[in-house]
Amino acid sequence: MADISTMQTETGAAVIAAHGVHKHYGPIHAVDGVDLDIRAGELFGLIGHNGAGKSTMFKMMLGLIPATAGEIRIDGAQVSGGNFRAVRRTIGYLPENVVLYDNLTGLETLHFFSRLKGASPAECAPALERVGLAHAAKRRVREYSKGMRQRLGFAQALLGKPRILFLDEPTTGLDPEAIRSFYAILRQLRSEGVTMVITSHILAEIQERVDRLAIMTAGKIQACGTVQALREQMDLPLWFTVRVAREDFEAVRTALGHLPVGAIEAHDDHVAVQCRREVKMAVIEALATLGGRVRDLTVREPSLEDVFFGFSD
Amino acid sequence: MEITQIATIAGKEFWDRIRNRWVLAVALVFTAFALVIAYFGAAQQGAVGFKSIDVTIASLVSLVIYLIPLIALILGFDAIVGERERGSLDLLLSMPITRLELLLGKYFGLAGALTFSTVAGFGLVAIVLSSQLDINALFHYFGFMLSSVLLGCAFLSLAVMLSVFASDRTRASGLAIAMWFFFVLVFDLLLLGALVATGGQWGGEIFPYLLLANPADVFRILNIFSLDDVRTLYGLTTVFPPALANPWLLGLVMFAWIAAPLGIATWRFRQ
Repeated sequence: MADISTMQTETGAAVIAAHGVHKHYGPIHAVDGVDLDIRAGELFGLIGHNGAGKSTMFKMMLGLIPATAGEIRIDGAQVSGGNFRAVRRTIGYLPENVVLYDNLTGLETLHFFSRLKGASPAECAPALERVGLAHAAKRRVREYSKGMRQRLGFAQALLGKPRILFLDEPTTGLDPEAIRSFYAILRQLRSEGVTMVITSHILAEIQERVDRLAIMTAGKIQACGTVQALREQMDLPLWFTVRVAREDFEAVRTALGHLPVGAIEAHDDHVAVQCRREVKMAVIEALATLGGRVRDLTVREPSLEDVFFGFSD
Repeated sequence: MEITQIATIAGKEFWDRIRNRWVLAVALVFTAFALVIAYFGAAQQGAVGFKSIDVTIASLVSLVIYLIPLIALILGFDAIVGERERGSLDLLLSMPITRLELLLGKYFGLAGALTFSTVAGFGLVAIVLSSQLDINALFHYFGFMLSSVLLGCAFLSLAVMLSVFASDRTRASGLAIAMWFFFVLVFDLLLLGALVATGGQWGGEIFPYLLLANPADVFRILNIFSLDDVRTLYGLTTVFPPALANPWLLGLVMFAWIAAPLGIATWRFRQ
């Protein structure tokens, strides 16, 4: 397992710094000694099973609930401190399953939150446009679909030009097109230097999009780093799919015979070969000796899901 | 404390009640009841039509003492617990707003709606009756309206307090009903029972002070003792020291009934 502290010391000044954070509800340790440094301008993923402590961690980072022990600082200000109000103006938050006010229209909802945030009301209409809700600005939220509510919640989080965004399961209820445009907005925000913390159950969705991520289980951070670093750290095997004719299956076995590969499985039209990362190039060279008999070759890296289950099991 | 944050929350709560016609409905209820009482209050004595403002106010007091606490409790019982149960509280608290500001905003917004409907409802009746009222009568009626507003605000404060303590809306509504029963129906019976059971030995001295422990009684005293016609009718003067019947003092007690539950609610909400 990775030495989390080593990975974090390589960072510059952290915008969000959590040290020795605990949250206990009686005998239940919802968060159990979390250290986390999130750097300025990074898109940081926090993943874990339901009940792993992600949402509790989010709420503590937002100062909604106090930590039992430890300290969380955002932009240098303690979240429980008196000067945190000023920091809050720079934070946008989209809660999981955001609940807004049914009796207000989309635009009225944003006006309400913009006043609370001290943001200009002139930001509201462009924010609605940015999330693709300009056409529904004057419709009551009760008429919105789940995806539209989620987008309105996101527009709310963008008010006041936040420097830090906390997004808890932000793509719940969004269709594939909306998910794509959501991440396009995140890319744009990232280029503007906004720091973002995101949780998601859909690991495939965030594995290519986050800069770094932390895997949380049972209130603890099990691993933290880039997806690639976690893959290497977990040392999960790769899988080759070697597409050959059935009569050439044995030739594949023979070509790889001298290499320390794992399982070699024969399927209808291909052979699946498992190997460690360090023999990857040697396997490719060995397969190259088969020349044209290899019709196709693909390498599957372990997915974030594989990594996640590797760390959390 | 930032006033703009309180005003933003209060504004939303107030306009929500205007838009969903809550204010209009309550105002119409007050108007209708007040008119009926003013014109038909003496029907049991075989007469109809407006008789005297003092008798009208005395009848209105009996009505308002049941109605306003109930309306205020229904209005405020889910102020905080409702947001918590719906799941919108976290988002609100993630804004640059303190819990005290949120609580005060909720309270002032709801109190504004209740005050508006009370003043509009009873005020309309004052306008209708104005040709039959002299300055003194108008002054009494104005006092009745003001004390009604204070009564509503006191029970609203209690409602907001229990909305902070209750873990869900169902419990909050149960507590609100229990609170209404206690203050409006049970409290006086208990006091009277204690007084009668002990043959007037127990509580004789502190009895008037105990009445101050119930905002509904404070409201009753405020109105009954300001009306010469009615004072003798009720006969309460025998047990109630005139010093305590000072409207300013009673008004102060009402303000204490507004401030104390809000203070307790704030303390609890910050936990």
